[in-house]
Amino acid sequence: MRKGTRFALLLGAVPFLMLVFALPFVNRAEPVILGFPFVLFWILLWVALTPLVLFLAYKIEKKFNPPDDEEKR
Amino acid sequence: MNAALLIISGTILVSTLVGVYAGRRVKMNLENWTVGGRQFGVVLIWLLMAGEIYTTFTFLGASGWAYSKGAPTYYILIYGTLAYTLSFFILPELWKLGKRHGLHTQPDFFIKIYRSRALGVLVAVIGIVSILPYLQLQLAGLGFIVEVASNGAVGSKLAIGISFILTCAFVYTSGIRGSAWVSVIKDIMMIAAVAIVGLGVPRIYFGGIGKMFKAIIAQKPEHLVFPGAAPSMDVLWIMSTVLLTGLGFYMWPHVFGSAFSAKSEKVIKRNAIIMPFYQIPILLVFMVGFTAFLVLPGLKNGDTAFLALVQKTYPSWFLGFVGAAGAVTAMVPASILVLFAAALLAKNVYQTGFNPEAGEDRIMRLSRAMVLVVMTAALALALFFPNALVNLLLIGYDGVSQFFPGVVLGLFWKRVSRAGVVCGLVAGIALVIFLVFGGHDPFLGLNAGFVALAANAVITVGVSLMPKS
Repeated sequence: MRKGTRFALLLGAVPFLMLVFALPFVNRAEPVILGFPFVLFWILLWVALTPLVLFLAYKIEKKFNPPDDEEKR
Repeated sequence: MNAALLIISGTILVSTLVGVYAGRRVKMNLENWTVGGRQFGVVLIWLLMAGEIYTTFTFLGASGWAYSKGAPTYYILIYGTLAYTLSFFILPELWKLGKRHGLHTQPDFFIKIYRSRALGVLVAVIGIVSILPYLQLQLAGLGFIVEVASNGAVGSKLAIGISFILTCAFVYTSGIRGSAWVSVIKDIMMIAAVAIVGLGVPRIYFGGIGKMFKAIIAQKPEHLVFPGAAPSMDVLWIMSTVLLTGLGFYMWPHVFGSAFSAKSEKVIKRNAIIMPFYQIPILLVFMVGFTAFLVLPGLKNGDTAFLALVQKTYPSWFLGFVGAAGAVTAMVPASILVLFAAALLAKNVYQTGFNPEAGEDRIMRLSRAMVLVVMTAALALALFFPNALVNLLLIGYDGVSQFFPGVVLGLFWKRVSRAGVVCGLVAGIALVIFLVFGGHDPFLGLNAGFVALAANAVITVGVSLMPKS
C-alpha cells in the first residue's frame, strides 16, 4: 500500500473512533456545552471536524502519491 | 383555493417542469439516462446525493424519533458522516472501474468483478425488493404531508396520485439529470423550511435552543442520552446500527449507481469532504422534535410532531410552504429510486437473466417502460395495501448492507472469490430474515443486520481462502 493511502486510511479511522467507539464514554447530558447536552455536542463536534479530517487526508494523498503513480496502478 | 394549496401545487408543478426541461437537448441513451453521461461536477453530485439522503424520513422521522424516542435519533447524524468518510475511500475506485468498463448499475459491477450473470440477477432482485417498500414510504409520506399542509383540501390519495404521475414524467424524459435539477428546488425549500422552524420554535417557546434543552434536562434528562425512551436502543445498539447503516448507505442500488454520474474521481473525493456539512439541517429537524416533546406531549404518532408543531405555531400559508418542501422532498428520492429499480429490472433482470443479446436501444425503451411499472406497483401498494410492506422496510437496510463485503473486497482484495461472495451474501440475507422475522432483533443488544453483516464478511473471506479442490 502506498504511503499516502496508509496515512489517509489512518485519518479515515478517526471519525469511526470518535463517533462509534467513543460513544459509551460520552453518553451524558451534562456538562451542557454551547447549550447542547454533552453527548449531542460530542457528536456535532466530530460531524463538523470530519470534513477537516478528510481534507487533510486528501492533501496527504496528493503529496505522497504522485499522480503518475496513480496512472500506473 | 387557499394560499397553502396554491404554494404546494405551484411548487410541484414548477419542479416537474424543471425536471422535464433538464433532459431537453440531451440525446437519451442508457448512459445519459442512468448516469448522466458521467458528466456531473461537484455541485450536481452533491445535489444528487443530498437528494437521496434527505427523504421524507428525514423530515418526519428524525423529528418523530427526537419526539418519541429521544437520543436514539442522533444516530442519523452519525451514520451519514461515517458513510461519507467511507465514500472518500471506496467511491473513487468504484468510479474508475465504472468508467473503464461502462458500468451503469450495481449488478453490472458484480457481473464484471465476479464474472457471474446469476450473481448479477440475484443482486438486482435483492435491490429491487429493498427499493420497493422505500419507494412506497415516500409516497405515503407525501400523501400525509400534503393532506395535513393543505388542511385537508387535498386528500392523501389524490396528492399521491398527482405527484407521482408528475415524478414519472420527469424520470421518463430526463433520467438522473431530472432528479439532480429538481434537487435544487428541493434543497433550497427544505433548508429554508427546516432552518426557520428549527431555529424558530425553540426560540418562540423557550427563548433559544440552549434554554429548550435546559427545560428537558430539568424535566427528563434521560430523554437526551442513549437509550432515551427506547430501552432496546442502548449504546451498543446505536454503535452497531451506525456501523451497519454507515457501511450500508452506499450499498443502496440508487446511491451506488449515482457514484457513476461523477465527472472524475476528484469530484467524488471533494464531494465526500463537504457532505458532512449537509448533516447540519438534520440537527435543526431534531430541534423541532425536541421542542414538540415539551410543547405537544401525548401525540399518538411521533412522526406527526413536525407538522403538528408548525400548525400550532405558524400561519397556514407557511404550513403550505413546509408542505410543499416536504412534497418535493418525497418526489426527488422517489424519482431516483424508481429510476434505478427500472434500470435494474430492464438491464439486470431482463437482459442479464433472459436475453443477453438485447440491444441497448431496446433496454433503454424497456427501462422507460419499467418506470411506469415500478411506479404503478408502488402506487397500488401505497393506496390499497399500505401496511403490506412495513416488514420489508424493516429489513431494507439490513438487506442492501449485505452487498458490502462483495463490493469492498471486490475492489481491494484480489483473492476474493465468486463462491465466497455468493455464500456470504446468501448467508447474510438468510440470517437477516431469520433474526428480524423470528423476533431476535436486537440480538444480544446488537442490531440484527449488523450481526448478519459480520457473519457474511467472515463467510466471504473464509470461503475465498479455501483451497480450490
